[in-house]
Amino acid sequence: MDMPIPSASVIANKPHVLARLQAVLPPEAVIFEAVETRAYECDALSAYRCPPMLVTLPGSTEQVAAVLKICHEEGVPVVPRGSGTSLAGGALPTADAVILGVSKLTEVLQTDYDNRFIRVQTGRTNLSVTGAVEQHDFFYAPDPSSQLACAIAGNIAMNSGGAHCLKYGVTTNNLLGVTMVTMQGEIVELGGAHLDAAGYDLLGVICGSEGQLGVVTEATLRILRKPEGARPVLIGYDSSEVAGACVADIIRAGVLPVAIEFMDSPCIRACEAFAHPGYPDVEALLIIEVEGSEAEIQEQLEKIIEIANRHDPVELRESANEEESMLIWKGRKSAFGAMGQISDYICLDGTIPISALPATLRRIGELSEQYGLKVANVFHAGDGNMHPLILFDANKPGDLEICEALGAEILKLCVEVGGCLSGEHGVGVEKRDLMNVQYGPEDLEVQMEVKDVFDPRWLLNPAKVFPLASSASRRDAA
Amino acid sequence: MSLTPDSTEALADIVRDAAASGDALAIRGGGSRSGFGHPVEGTALALQGLSGITLYEPGALTLVARAGTPLAEIEAALAEESQLLPFEPLQLAHLYGPPGSPGSPRPHGHGAASTIGGVVATNASGPRRIQSGACRDSLIGVEFVDGRGRIVKNGGRVMKNVTGYDLVKLMCGTHGTLGVLTDLSFKLLPAPEHAATLTLPDLPIGRAIAAMSAALGSPFNVSGAAHVPGGSGQHPGTHLRIEGLLRSVDYRAGELVRLLGKFGSAVVDDDPASVASTWRTLRDVRAFDAGNSVRSDGGNDEARCVWRISVKPTDGVQVAHRLEGSELRFDWGGGLVWARTSDRLDVRTALAGIGGHATLLRAPAEALERFGAFEPEPGVLAALSSGLRERFDPSGILNRGRLGSAAGRPVDDRVAAAIG
Repeated sequence: MDMPIPSASVIANKPHVLARLQAVLPPEAVIFEAVETRAYECDALSAYRCPPMLVTLPGSTEQVAAVLKICHEEGVPVVPRGSGTSLAGGALPTADAVILGVSKLTEVLQTDYDNRFIRVQTGRTNLSVTGAVEQHDFFYAPDPSSQLACAIAGNIAMNSGGAHCLKYGVTTNNLLGVTMVTMQGEIVELGGAHLDAAGYDLLGVICGSEGQLGVVTEATLRILRKPEGARPVLIGYDSSEVAGACVADIIRAGVLPVAIEFMDSPCIRACEAFAHPGYPDVEALLIIEVEGSEAEIQEQLEKIIEIANRHDPVELRESANEEESMLIWKGRKSAFGAMGQISDYICLDGTIPISALPATLRRIGELSEQYGLKVANVFHAGDGNMHPLILFDANKPGDLEICEALGAEILKLCVEVGGCLSGEHGVGVEKRDLMNVQYGPEDLEVQMEVKDVFDPRWLLNPAKVFPLASSASRRDAA
Repeated sequence: MSLTPDSTEALADIVRDAAASGDALAIRGGGSRSGFGHPVEGTALALQGLSGITLYEPGALTLVARAGTPLAEIEAALAEESQLLPFEPLQLAHLYGPPGSPGSPRPHGHGAASTIGGVVATNASGPRRIQSGACRDSLIGVEFVDGRGRIVKNGGRVMKNVTGYDLVKLMCGTHGTLGVLTDLSFKLLPAPEHAATLTLPDLPIGRAIAAMSAALGSPFNVSGAAHVPGGSGQHPGTHLRIEGLLRSVDYRAGELVRLLGKFGSAVVDDDPASVASTWRTLRDVRAFDAGNSVRSDGGNDEARCVWRISVKPTDGVQVAHRLEGSELRFDWGGGLVWARTSDRLDVRTALAGIGGHATLLRAPAEALERFGAFEPEPGVLAALSSGLRERFDPSGILNRGRLGSAAGRPVDDRVAAAIG
């Protein structure tokens, strides 16, 4: 995995840049000692590390603007950082870069239950947004599994999803407005507590732009009233085809569950061994959750069970109480931990049309044999987001490379069957070189032209998303 | 004279030629929304040759169609599988009416039938938007020809897609100014098994919005919240829609009647045809049909302008006060206000200080020119928008003029104008 060569002239200019930053930020907001900048050398894609030149932790939108203005004037690349939980290397710096971390921006600015929104500073963690409204029985819907740690800023940059997204959408469907600072240091407001863009949907482009179009410091988020209750049902089948057909039939019957999780046999076995939830030893396991009042839950479950039974399940388990519900979920929620106990692994997040699941799993099985590495599959069957977990041995020389090669083949397969490279984690550095698999040269060119409009000098997180060869002329011109 | 390409490649050729010559193209679907925005210059570019559903997977809630496909064809195909477009696209044909209607200065198709491309180009979303999102939330993939004649795709067939920039959102609501849409992919919803309308009578606007807020903030999944001020023709009252499985709808309607007891005695209508008809009428603001310039209170005045105002829902009360004397309809819990006003009323000035935006949807030519159809953008945003136009349509040929006098002109003209 290549990164651009750091600019010698930028590095040589470090003392001057540092002095300018220290003039506009409080002392504790500028980090320059090597031993301290080291803490920002990577995010959750820890295989790749590079300490930045400097780190800034501004405490206000105005300070963010001051930092960006200085870096723009000095020609210094800037890498924005939320909580550093990215699995795609979104916050990975180069040695000539300034990290701009928003972790000090954590305030709740406004909650409005009549209008159903909350306004927060974007360094706040995802879970603590729900935390701010749960005493009124409200919640913020997009809930990535890293939500205890991940920041709203990162959620916006990556357009994060979560278990609830089948019913409630992803971040972009729940984002009403932002305050954003451009690389030139201009502060702009987009959207607000009202719906719809006045002109072009710039908010829609900014969400998912991986910190390349601006730094978002404040966000207006949709909050929703919590449903009265929720309950899962567990269904085991002896083939993934049948499981897939069951899911399609449930959807066609007009039931909209809040979550539909699929696990294959390697995953089920690992979860059972690790967490002992009492899963049946089957080829394909579905956990389907519905929401509403007790009566509504009953009504939906009746329909689901009737359909599930039509496909002749090996096992079908309703939960009779809260404890049993938690047990049904326990195995699924511990899947990554269960895998991690057996082995090192990488987790992909390619997405496929749900109708392509059985064929894709078959092909993944073939690739797994070909490359000699085991793959366990977790799949969000409602929205097609796969999580193939490729098991390898980090201590075995060459295994990581084989693992990455197999991963690339699986992601190409996802695109081949009509899906995409990433459903949740974003491109970052991890999938940059596969962008040509999904997009033609003109498709990428048009995206890069959008960045040209927001950041003509290509200083904001320039090494991400686009293959380095594609972005080279723009980055070098800076 | 009109150009009617029958393939994306033919369309791209036309656009490339036009970009080279600088000759503008006026993009036309069904013509039902051609009154939306400022008059467009150029040779008509008709899209009926790019028509048809190319993929429909009910079990995956996914539909892909060519942009020139009539909306009616798509809705019929979905209805056969008991599915629908989540955002309840509104139709504007009646708002603009047949040629020569009062307030409609331009001739355009009588009985014009909307295409799905027109729906996306205008982000045409109805009452269900408050629960299920707008057109831009349901759209998961686009293919388009930009103003240079490049064929571009973004997004795809899957809802979870964070691979590169989201230009799908960008291409929704551009009024044809960044590209000619050719193929559109949507995430669908199952059509509800059952539906009911709950109506609270005779609430003044403040109480109406409070009632709608209470309903929308409840766990009972309201999929429509509209208010028709008392004394106004059809469907007066504060209306809430509940949709879903049969017993669920009954349960939730009962709970809402109880919850909203302090606002009055709600009447529940659970006849499917009646519910559907009510919300269609509300969706398309039929009260403001062209040719219906008589106010429903009997007065006949010069109210020929129709504005569409988006605000924070509780600000709907302020809007009502500032626009007193104009005929109003409310949707989205108060956050969407339709106003039929006099030609002399500058709604944006009247609403100054209230966050949101106002679009002048229908007006006589002179008023349209004076007020401008679209809310002016603040400096930095305007620069970003025009920057995007410069990249996507440097010759300024796509729907030139649609956005108003400053926007939509090719860069050279604007420079020439600035130089003076």
